[in-house]
Amino acid sequence: MKQFTVKWFAAYRDATGVEQEQVQSSANSPALLFAEMTRLHPELAKYSRALVAVNDAMAAWDTELRGGEQVLFFPPVAGG
Amino acid sequence: MSAPPFDSGWFAISGESLNRKALRASLQDVESGAFVLFEGWVRNHNDGRKVLQLEYEVYEPLAVSEGNAILEEARERFAISRVAAVHRQGLLELREPAVLVGVSAAHRGAAFDACRYIIDEVKARLPIWKREYYADGITEWVNCRVK
Repeated sequence: MKQFTVKWFAAYRDATGVEQEQVQSSANSPALLFAEMTRLHPELAKYSRALVAVNDAMAAWDTELRGGEQVLFFPPVAGG
Repeated sequence: MSAPPFDSGWFAISGESLNRKALRASLQDVESGAFVLFEGWVRNHNDGRKVLQLEYEVYEPLAVSEGNAILEEARERFAISRVAAVHRQGLLELREPAVLVGVSAAHRGAAFDACRYIIDEVKARLPIWKREYYADGITEWVNCRVK
């Protein structure tokens, strides 16, 4: 199992009830990690999946996760 | 890292009311014959609901770096002189500007095109979220729910 720091923003933070959590997971991509987190926090399913960042850089959903990363899940953005 | 607001060539996030005169002054340039400014305002309705005020949440470290990347892309794609943009965070009232994008260029075509490019990319890519406060007391994060 790998260890990740997951951060939640805006609607996702409301859905999970936390800003940040330490997660044990075997997921090797943000997409798999998000799917796992949705089982842990079923309220997440109400919201669309949008953007993800790994270690403070925008990332693709299939970016390889090796463990130890900080993974930031962003709900659909609405600036402007 | 937070850029000083309205320093030419920078993207900034601000918790204070946006100053369009300062932004315009920072883009003035004797080689430029055109200046285009886009302002996004807080309006009183969305999807048929009456909006009283709204709140922007910003993840500032990435919003600033991604915002600066967008300004750099605009400089590469269009023949412009100077460019700056600033986005609000926090609680905003009706009529307040939420975002300013300013571009100066030798000719108007490039200034309009670059300004349009920047605001479209800002809306699609920056980690910024909008929570609307409605007249019926409900609040909602915009665009977030699965349709």
